[in-house]
Amino acid sequence: MELNTYQQEAFNYQRPNIEKFGKKNMMWSIFFLAWILVGGYALYLQIAKGHIVTGMRDNVVWGLFIVNFIFFIGLSYAGAIIGGVLHLLKVPWGKPIVRLAQMMTLISVIVGPIFILLCVGRFDRLHHLFIYPRIQSPMTWDVMAVVTFFAGAVLFLYMALIKDFAVYRDAKMNIPKWKQKLYKILAIGYRGAASQKRHLIISQNLLAIIMVPLSIIVASILSWIFGMTLRPGWHSTIFGPYFVLGALYSGCGVLIVAMWVYRKMYKLENYFTNKHFSYLGYGMMVLGAGYGYFTFSEYFTDWFGSAKWDNEVINKLFSFHEYGGWTLFANLAGIVIPILIVAIPATRKPNWITLSAFVMVIALWVKRYLIIVPTLETPALPMQDTRMEFVKYSATWPEWALTFAGIASFLLFFTIISKFVTVVPVSGLEEVNFPHEPHHHDHEPVSVKKEEIKTV
Amino acid sequence: MKQVEINDKSRRDFIKNAAIVTAVTATCGSLACSCSSKQEVVSNKIQLLSPDGEIVEIDSAYLNHHENMAVLSQHEQRVGIAGKKFVMVVDLARCKNARKCITACQKHHYRSEDKEWLTVKLMQDSEKGSPYWFPKQCFHCDNPPCVKVCPVDATFKRQDGLVLIDNDRCIGCKFCMAACPYSTRVFNWDEPEMPLDIMNLNYNAETGVPAKVGTVEKCDFCPDRSREGLLPPCVESCPNGVFYFGDENEDTVTNGDETLSFTQLIKDRAGYRFLEELGTKPRVYYLPPKDRQFPVERGYENLPDTIKARFKDIMEPGKK
Repeated sequence: MELNTYQQEAFNYQRPNIEKFGKKNMMWSIFFLAWILVGGYALYLQIAKGHIVTGMRDNVVWGLFIVNFIFFIGLSYAGAIIGGVLHLLKVPWGKPIVRLAQMMTLISVIVGPIFILLCVGRFDRLHHLFIYPRIQSPMTWDVMAVVTFFAGAVLFLYMALIKDFAVYRDAKMNIPKWKQKLYKILAIGYRGAASQKRHLIISQNLLAIIMVPLSIIVASILSWIFGMTLRPGWHSTIFGPYFVLGALYSGCGVLIVAMWVYRKMYKLENYFTNKHFSYLGYGMMVLGAGYGYFTFSEYFTDWFGSAKWDNEVINKLFSFHEYGGWTLFANLAGIVIPILIVAIPATRKPNWITLSAFVMVIALWVKRYLIIVPTLETPALPMQDTRMEFVKYSATWPEWALTFAGIASFLLFFTIISKFVTVVPVSGLEEVNFPHEPHHHDHEPVSVKKEEIKTV
Repeated sequence: MKQVEINDKSRRDFIKNAAIVTAVTATCGSLACSCSSKQEVVSNKIQLLSPDGEIVEIDSAYLNHHENMAVLSQHEQRVGIAGKKFVMVVDLARCKNARKCITACQKHHYRSEDKEWLTVKLMQDSEKGSPYWFPKQCFHCDNPPCVKVCPVDATFKRQDGLVLIDNDRCIGCKFCMAACPYSTRVFNWDEPEMPLDIMNLNYNAETGVPAKVGTVEKCDFCPDRSREGLLPPCVESCPNGVFYFGDENEDTVTNGDETLSFTQLIKDRAGYRFLEELGTKPRVYYLPPKDRQFPVERGYENLPDTIKARFKDIMEPGKK
């Protein structure tokens, strides 16, 4: 594989990240593993004792798990859309961040479905989904959607990696033999021949064309698990697009945060430039406005119409005795603040944008909670139950433990993948990928850092 | 002219169906009897219509088999009782929250006290409206939202109108519980407590026995009792004859004491279905609580405190 100066530079710069795991990364990984172990114990309890160990009961039949499912799977769909669009439109500045989007897609489509499985009372019967499938059920649609999407996500990421694998294979890096062999297998004999190039680009284009609409379809199907029921707050015609937009918005936020973390961790300032934060920030602002518009339409229509059942949910959401505080947080931190931060030039800086993105991501998680729980706490018939846990949902420690285990495994995957592939794709980098930056190989900070690395 | 034809046809169908039902009942009974050796034969003859249209005399012991001994195939459990279309009418004017139906149901299905397949709510339709007792079991909807969403066909709609659950197939995703607008379904959050011999039975969708952890269950309208020619325990146990159970095809409902025409009853007493606007087409009809037999307090005063607390908000508004 022949590399141009930009590519050589990018590879040399990131090479140590693949060659060495690093103490810090090791510590973080152990920390994440510890969380996953705690989650594993919680899972053991849930299987051994039944769902009684969770806070879910006959009225609120779904809780934190399904909230996490929506959250993670949404990130996945967002990653595919962002990655696909950047690829198809050949956005020059998009090149360095496409891989990040694709990594997010793959990791969250692994972590997300685990949470829907946690909602299921009988693990031992999961195969029934395939041997007795019932096509009318939105749950079956979702099974098909997630499985299809998973296959697409794996291929999409892999296709984009083949060229890089060839680079790693040829680089004679200081890595164990099995890793060398792994790269050799994964590169599937790619040498950069003209026909190989052509086939690869056609495959990638096709996959991107498939993945973007597929993501929109599967995100809508996810929303229909709720939208197809007759419940207030769920039974809404805008739920499909609302979920698509919510997914894209939170995905954009996570992408910004991931970019910031990697930039700090691997000193990638020349690849994840301030411009990248601004551009993704603009994206976040536009998505935030769209998402805010949907949120407003949803609440406003229900409130104005004030049908009895709808109104009960709206009252719960906006009463400070119930969920008012959370609704305020979800909409302030989830809509208003990110838009303002990006809109005001003084705060349109990487740190500020990242901070607002981080808070927005949490706010969107809370928003998913506000979609699920208050509706389930509002059945058509009065509950008239003296068992408090049946009336009001409150998550138990196993649910929280599994939630944090999910987040930990999400982060652990990110850590591990960054030890196998360069976070910034090496192959395909051109001069156009560095907008408004001086020739970075003449750039001072880079050469300084390079020396630092050599001394390590 | 056409009308006459249809009537004639339906009458013939009816006779045919009636014959089949009797035959099925008789066969079930005798089969079950041949399995249970302990059953003593009491010489109490009853008359039945045979498939050939002849009146035959059969010992009643043959029909009175153990409820969990029914030998029904998976297919029979899913198809239902031929020719039947079960329907229930609940007379709200008669209910005084005696709660006998609830305990009878729990006993029949070996369920613990906290599992109320049938429950009695205290309803107050508007602020000024007078509260009334509202017994509620599964509505066995003709357009059931729960069946629509089941991903594995574990809950199904039968020809006889019943919505039942195959709890050997249920994966416990609880989607049906989220979809049911009437909070009918209950979940086995932990290992259910049942007598060992019941626990070891093969699951029968018609009895809902035995319960299994991690699966959904609900009121089944007790078709096992119908097969024996008996009424569901909730109907039988009600001291006030609140529940009328019957067959829409025969246009007959009974509460054990009186047998009435279903359509006439609905017509005369302005029968309605709960939340008709949801389009679920329930098979349970309610008669409005007009000319009530008991003041609503009668169902509140003598309740145990734990149950009393459920209705405090409505019955004792000022108090907290």
